[in-house]
Amino acid sequence: MSQTGSLMGFVHRRRRGAELFLLVLALAVGVGAYAAVGLGVEGAVPADMVGYGGWLTGLIIAAHITVRLVAPYADPVLLPLVAALNGLGLAVIHRLDLTYEAMGNDQHTFARQQLIWMTLGVVLFVATLVLLRDHRVLQRLTYTAGLVGILLLVLPFLPVIGRNINGARIWINVAGFSFQPGEVAKVMLVIAFSGYLVLHRDALALAGRRVLFIDLPRGRDLGPILAMFGVSMMILVLQNDLGSSLLFFGLFLAMLYVATERPGWLVVGGLLFAAGALAAYTFVGNVQNRFNFWLHPLDYYDASPGSYQLVEALFGQGWGGLIGRGFGNGFPERVPFAYSDFIISTIGEELGLTAVMAIILCYGLIVERALRIALISRDGFGKLMAVGLGSIVALQVFVVIGGVTGLIPLTGLTTPFLSYGGSSLVANWVIAALLLRISDQARRPAPRLDPVDDTSGDSESTQVVKLR
Amino acid sequence: MSELTLFLIRAAFLAILWIFVLSAISVIRSDMFGARVPETARGGAPVPERRKGKASKKPRRGAPTHLVVVEGENPGTRAELADAPLLIGRGSDAAIKLDDDYVSTRHARVAASGDEWFVEDLGSTNGTYVGPVRITQPTTIGLGVQVRVGKTILELRK
Repeated sequence: MSQTGSLMGFVHRRRRGAELFLLVLALAVGVGAYAAVGLGVEGAVPADMVGYGGWLTGLIIAAHITVRLVAPYADPVLLPLVAALNGLGLAVIHRLDLTYEAMGNDQHTFARQQLIWMTLGVVLFVATLVLLRDHRVLQRLTYTAGLVGILLLVLPFLPVIGRNINGARIWINVAGFSFQPGEVAKVMLVIAFSGYLVLHRDALALAGRRVLFIDLPRGRDLGPILAMFGVSMMILVLQNDLGSSLLFFGLFLAMLYVATERPGWLVVGGLLFAAGALAAYTFVGNVQNRFNFWLHPLDYYDASPGSYQLVEALFGQGWGGLIGRGFGNGFPERVPFAYSDFIISTIGEELGLTAVMAIILCYGLIVERALRIALISRDGFGKLMAVGLGSIVALQVFVVIGGVTGLIPLTGLTTPFLSYGGSSLVANWVIAALLLRISDQARRPAPRLDPVDDTSGDSESTQVVKLR
Repeated sequence: MSELTLFLIRAAFLAILWIFVLSAISVIRSDMFGARVPETARGGAPVPERRKGKASKKPRRGAPTHLVVVEGENPGTRAELADAPLLIGRGSDAAIKLDDDYVSTRHARVAASGDEWFVEDLGSTNGTYVGPVRITQPTTIGLGVQVRVGKTILELRK
């Protein structure tokens, strides 16, 4: 796309002004939501309005200036979308904090912790953009990234730092901070998958035998990536983390399909998924429960374990209707974990379908931008990485919002940028930074092959190729 | 805080949210096709002038003068390097038009930079190979270096 573009004198504009304009609107969403929460719950604009708004503005401006300096051609829409979702999420978590405080008397500081995590996320976002000037460097780290990803997944099994929270052993606890290493592992695995697939995709797609109507690749081509994938799936199953195993499976399949252009992989993947789901349904009681809650939520309202959480969330969203109850006029606190997995039901209750549609559209735009970046990227590694990062967001949103709204059986995953959870937020900011870096490389005008000295006529002189 | 005020606050917030989403979409829409800019605005000497200067110069002894298909569907097809940059592909606007099913419509481009000749892949499906290596960026080619696109092999000749 952009190669033919450069041929015709057709380049992408920088669009940093458009980004700034969108960021101002995104800040209006974030700060406006915070003010609306104060007005709705407490009846007055929050006392720390200026401090909070200033902090958020500072973070966003810092991110914007970094993009201006080190990634001037990066996509203009991605950062504002991320900022708006994060700002809205903070306000909703703050709104739940206020209710929890009113119920019990203990201090609730989820929103403040989330703001600290967001600050860390933005710091890492800036660091990624500044330190990583060319995403192709990551291709050298293919196997390192795969190893690190798997090590991160194993970490929660370690005796001292591993923690078992809410039935899933996916946490580590270091110096008082809880962290889910799996969130970082998925970024690592995307790097590893794309680095491997970009080298071996021709062999995977063309070499091999044909069994029935599917071209099977040779074992030595598929082996390493299958091992990487198998190990991570096994760890996730042992950790009892259904949502993440679903995410990794989908991610692996999407990247394999994009790399080889073989629809057969989708058939194989679909069959494997069906087999896996059936096996899980038969052997894991938890999965059976989830299916039953999904099909007949009201029958299990009083049971234990029951569908109380899901039913309350559905009630809330139903009561919210088209434009919602308004901040402070709903009862989102009736839903356990309303601040993390079920944040969409809180939004559905208090801001209604109108806001939920806007949020889903925002996620849709993030995924669209990721795929667009993949389309215009000049190198295969960047293409695959953008697809992988985009499908992480897409799958996560589909699994969690689909679960909360009753479209599919519920599996626990965080809503990217929106729900409470530091590790997820930080990892997602890094994903945003990586996408911006790839898009900066992709949208930058193609290198011009300009000789520095054309007239000297000395054919042996060194030629300098101008890169930007 | 009256009901009406709360309703207005909620309506205002939803309006801001949707204004944001719609502006994001409008930025994407205006960004869709990039911008056409004059070559001079992208830095460096204006291209047509440079090209004219080179065309008037006599080709140096030992410098390649044409690109020729040595193997494939259309062996012997050639294009003069004086018309550079040369487009290779199946499309009708290609300087070297190939009837090879494994070649994309606009597959690769051969262009000069000073006395060096470069081949650049234009996002083709099956890639462009210089020797055994699939190229990802403009790559220098000399006399007799085999460039493979699809099942076709091209090289520079004197």
